[in-house]
Amino acid sequence: MREIILDDPGWLIAVKAHLVFVFCVLCTLMAIWFERRIVARMQLRLGPNRVGKFGLLQSLADGVKLALKEDVIPAAADKLIFIIAPIISATTCFMVFAVIPMSGPVTMFGQETAFQLTDIPVGVLYILSVASVGVYGIVLAGWSSGSTYPLLGGLRSSAQVISYEIAMGLSLVAVFLYAGSMSTIDIVDAQDQFWYAIVLFPSFIIYAISMVGETNRAPFDLAEAEGELVGGFHTEYSSLKFALFFLAEYVNIVGVSALATTLFLGGYNAPPGLGFTESWLGGWFTFIWFFIKVTLFFFVFVWLRGTLPRLRYDQFMQFGWKVLIPANIAWIMVVAVLRYFTLNGASRTSILIFGGAVLVIFLIGSSIYERAKAKKIEIEQSSVDAPAPFPVPELPMKISTFTVPRAERERE
Amino acid sequence: MSELEPKRAIDGAAEESINIPIDGPAPLLAQLKGFWVTFTAQFKKVTTVQYPEVKEATAPRFHGRHQLNRHPDGLEKCIGCELCAWACPADAIYVEGADNSDEQRYSPGERYGKVYQINYLRCIFCGLCIEACPTRALTMTNEYELADDSRKKLIFEKEDLLAPLRSGMLPAPHPYYPGTDDQDYYHGRVTQAHPSQEQK
Repeated sequence: MREIILDDPGWLIAVKAHLVFVFCVLCTLMAIWFERRIVARMQLRLGPNRVGKFGLLQSLADGVKLALKEDVIPAAADKLIFIIAPIISATTCFMVFAVIPMSGPVTMFGQETAFQLTDIPVGVLYILSVASVGVYGIVLAGWSSGSTYPLLGGLRSSAQVISYEIAMGLSLVAVFLYAGSMSTIDIVDAQDQFWYAIVLFPSFIIYAISMVGETNRAPFDLAEAEGELVGGFHTEYSSLKFALFFLAEYVNIVGVSALATTLFLGGYNAPPGLGFTESWLGGWFTFIWFFIKVTLFFFVFVWLRGTLPRLRYDQFMQFGWKVLIPANIAWIMVVAVLRYFTLNGASRTSILIFGGAVLVIFLIGSSIYERAKAKKIEIEQSSVDAPAPFPVPELPMKISTFTVPRAERERE
Repeated sequence: MSELEPKRAIDGAAEESINIPIDGPAPLLAQLKGFWVTFTAQFKKVTTVQYPEVKEATAPRFHGRHQLNRHPDGLEKCIGCELCAWACPADAIYVEGADNSDEQRYSPGERYGKVYQINYLRCIFCGLCIEACPTRALTMTNEYELADDSRKKLIFEKEDLLAPLRSGMLPAPHPYYPGTDDQDYYHGRVTQAHPSQEQK
């Protein structure tokens, strides 16, 4: 598999690079349409249905309109960085797709190859690093705008992306341990029996949550909260530069979905048991499987947006640092020990004993935690019921019985 | 003493403070319920109306464009009193009255509205003008398609607001129905135009 990609002639690499780019842009256009239609249905509306059949060309029309608008650069902006920032954002999100395997072996222009630009031994690490460079686009955009809201939005966005990148990176460790490789192709091949979404379910859940945080999407879109920050880091951007940020956001979503597909849902392969479809359409059927899985992830993105209210900043950070990361580390410990035992040929009973011990420790820990929490609530409750020493505002739904004695009032 | 009793009752009620239990976070299943709601909502009937193609009737008492009504023989009901203009909180109505004469009679009585303008860029469709009108000359229709692209087009003149002529009506100005006066008009005793009213 790797060999047939690395044997590609130069012209085929160029063609594939363009195809990947076109795929991403088309995905963005369709994704925006898809999102607007689905969210509309969830709100009992129809969504865009005027431009083209079913409104399919709506995002294209919006894009053209956006490109034709006046491009404003604020007087207070740092001009050079202001221009560079959207370019950084837009390029890095496309770079992620270089190592995503989008199909199995196929024939392209008479050449035996696969729809994947290249494969590097540390492919997933490459994706993580490129994604971190993408944060620069956000920070620089917020900083160079020379305005308060973008600055706040940029800071929040970058803090958010960096925090959730840790959880994201940690959730991939279990995958690396099981696949024994960081190459995307190897990881896909390692999932021919079981998808890692099932085997490494906690990792999958944590990845799924952190990828929403990573892309600044609802319910973690507090950095772009329309009501508070007027769009966040891109408040001052207009016309094509804004379009680049918009493009970057959606390509990013497709990117993390594609990565999730590759790492947890068996990539371009058909679900286990449906393997016979992999040779259909000269191998291109695998690309359809890949596309279906990415679409599924994107639907979840839309579903979240249609369902959940936005988190508060402190809740969001607390969730990332105090829940996702510790849970992740504990899970990695379990996986690492299990992996060590299986690789060294430990018997099934010893693994079961270990698993049981972990379970018991978890149960004891959680019961201690629950008891402590119940006690804390009890203490809070008793402090609530005590008479207020000073006329403070009452808790909701309690009618005040406190009156200041007349003599005291007059003295004041 | 009796004055104090209701106060005591309030005090008594206040002593029983209402206890609202302070819950922890809802159980996981209850939290996931929201996802089911949005998912099933996708398959429900949409409430969108495809507006320009499909037009739904408004509520019967919808406040739409105004109309200046006529008496059954075609004389205008407006007497140019300007009460509508005075009632208007948005200052959207401009009225100039003028005297009727036997040769040029637009409405029963002394006066008629010579100039009548409603500025639909100002109008808030509150209907206070309708309430103010003493002769029921001004009412509102259900017409709501009032968008336009210039200020001039949105200041409606008297010709734009006057009710269309129904059968049995003659365009003003014309004399009274033979043998009647303004009181007959106000009491609804004139039901249609007479051929002799037609102006040469």
